[in-house]
Amino acid sequence: MAASAESLPHPRRQQPLPIRVVHWCNAVFIVLMAGSGLQILIAYPYLGPRGALYGWYPLQGVAPPQWLTVGGWLAGGRHWHFAIAWFFVINGLIYLAYLAGSGEWRRRIFNPKRDGRAAVAQFLYYARLRRQPPPHDFYNGLQRLAYTSIVIVGAAMVLSGLAIYKPVQFHALTRLFGGYDGARVVHLAGLALIALFVAAHLVLVALHPKEIVAMVTGGKRE
Amino acid sequence: MNSRISRRRFVAGAAAASILAGCDSRPVTSFLRAMKDWNAGFEAAIFSSSRLAPELPESATTPEDDFPEYYISDEAPDVPPNWFLTVGGLVERPGRFTLAELQAMTRTSMRVRHHCVEGWSAVASWQGIRVSDLAKVVGIKPDVRYVEFRSFDSGYWSCWDLASAMHPQTLLAWGMNGHPLTSGHGAPLRVYSAVKLGYKMCKYLAEVNFLSDNSGGYWENQGYDWFAGV
Repeated sequence: MAASAESLPHPRRQQPLPIRVVHWCNAVFIVLMAGSGLQILIAYPYLGPRGALYGWYPLQGVAPPQWLTVGGWLAGGRHWHFAIAWFFVINGLIYLAYLAGSGEWRRRIFNPKRDGRAAVAQFLYYARLRRQPPPHDFYNGLQRLAYTSIVIVGAAMVLSGLAIYKPVQFHALTRLFGGYDGARVVHLAGLALIALFVAAHLVLVALHPKEIVAMVTGGKRE
Repeated sequence: MNSRISRRRFVAGAAAASILAGCDSRPVTSFLRAMKDWNAGFEAAIFSSSRLAPELPESATTPEDDFPEYYISDEAPDVPPNWFLTVGGLVERPGRFTLAELQAMTRTSMRVRHHCVEGWSAVASWQGIRVSDLAKVVGIKPDVRYVEFRSFDSGYWSCWDLASAMHPQTLLAWGMNGHPLTSGHGAPLRVYSAVKLGYKMCKYLAEVNFLSDNSGGYWENQGYDWFAGV
């Protein structure tokens, strides 16, 4: 099967309706998941089990500020987190199913053969180490890398979250993350990566406001 | 590391927002209540009566000074003179048991990880009898669905689903790390289980009641999850 953007049916909007719906739902869910997760973290803002805190973690005992949190107290944060988690997962599965079924994956998912060099070149261009942006089609290599990696981070968040939620019922999964306290590390690191992604994403769409329009209206057919 | 801080944090939270959502909107609260019920069903559905928590090596034991103590009274409650455990509800042979009588039943010991609702974990070994063995001694009736544990710690209590209470890793424990429970850890007898969050494990036990209805719990009635399995 040819893995190229050309094999998609034409004409096609830049951002088809299902992608737009999933994207904006995801924006809301991520804010609620992050806020309620930080509320839960306040109850024990440490990494590592009692009596054996992880020495490498620089933020031991540093609780996130209350204004970043959702839920008001520990029980409220937990209710939000475990409620929205379902919608976050279902939304993610709809996204993946749509990518697979529609063929959209061809122009969105990072393919090392096609996009590897282009991603490096695009990075060098952004870092002012290269004058001309590398040629690109629908997305550049770096975009594909980012939008693909963040899906993997999302999946790791779901799995590490389940490992923390049910460390006995899912103890094989929990072991995969190095145990309960290991899973908490992965879960918090995942949050940091998502925060980084969102920050970069917001800066880049602010620099390219046409992309925001496309994510609202669908953009032009091409 | 201490119980008093966690307790204050718990209580402050409960006072600041005794409602589910941390906000006052009615649709949001109904949504969260519906999801809370859904999740309790999910937790019960994935719970396996035979799946065991991994037993841990002695080297994994948390230094006891680092294992938090927790009670709701201002001071760790003293054991009442002539303490006994009252076992009742829907059973064939209700009764009172002294510690020596309980210790004469089939003893068991396990070293497992403790999971607190706050997010910390710790490891100790626990010595006692299985709740399921006690159930055999008193003979529970077919309509029992819940098991209620009541304490002499300012009325603290917690009610469990029968399946979790009958799990082989749910004990009435009198020992921790091979010595009798200290007063901070629930002496003379406490619930210890590998399959629930810490607040379900009632300490300073006074009563075990086998019930047909759910009687909630101290934190559960203030908004914390009732099933609280791990």
